Amino acid sequence: MNNVSQENQKTGQQSTEQTAYVAPYVEIEATDSGYVLYAEMPGVNREGIEITVEEGNLIVAGHRQPLAVSGEPLHRETRQLDFRRVYELDPSIDANKISARIEQGILTVNLPKAENLNPRRIALD
Amino acid sequence: MNIIRYQNQSRSDLAQAFDRFAALRDEMDRVFDNSYSPVFRTPGSFSRWAPALDVYQDKDQFTVVAELPGLKKEDIELSLQNGVLTISGERKQEKKSEEGYRNERFFGRFQRSVTLPTSVDSSKVKATYEDGILKVVLPKAEEAKPKKIEVSVG
Repeated sequence: MNNVSQENQKTGQQSTEQTAYVAPYVEIEATDSGYVLYAEMPGVNREGIEITVEEGNLIVAGHRQPLAVSGEPLHRETRQLDFRRVYELDPSIDANKISARIEQGILTVNLPKAENLNPRRIALD
Repeated sequence: MNIIRYQNQSRSDLAQAFDRFAALRDEMDRVFDNSYSPVFRTPGSFSRWAPALDVYQDKDQFTVVAELPGLKKEDIELSLQNGVLTISGERKQEKKSEEGYRNERFFGRFQRSVTLPTSVDSSKVKATYEDGILKVVLPKAEEAKPKKIEVSVG
């Protein structure tokens, strides 16, 4: 089966550049202070990662490094497609404090909740 | 739900229905196309998951590439016996909070074997592990390399 072009799902219109992506396998962990997202992106290094927050969505994308191999394929199972996945962000997450790292093809994104949940008294001028 | 997979709510019901269809197709892709799928395990393997694997050949060597994101070097085992390369190991799940939210990742032991078409020089096999990709280069044995034979037609 063909790959679903997620670009079209996102914009709802035909993009001139038909880019196919695969959705990485993801694990999301909920903690008291927020969420941690782990995405499997083999073949992606630090430079290939693109994380954007746009209109309340978190977009994680990973651009693969080309495989450095010589010769002809005898057998092939890997798909050399870039990774991309879009999540709706919980409004309690502080978008300015999102941090990420990648190690051996696992992207870890920390999504901390905002700390302004304590009640505050506002004084009049 | 706090973090959900993207859905465009401003679009028409019909468009949304198609999106759902696309999501289903995505899922079908997983089952039929993706070798990570537990449905299509490697025959003879008892592991829950089998990493995707490529084999390349040029005149001097074979290169076996396996996608193994998130392992430690020391958790990958390689063996070469009777022309069969076996990659095995374990992906360990770190103990985390009990409130797991959603998990699509596989953990545990895996094993895959490749029968190489010609004999290789086992003393010159080299492996690297970078960005979650294991690459094993296996130089062909001298007798297995293609040789040009001059034939004189008399």
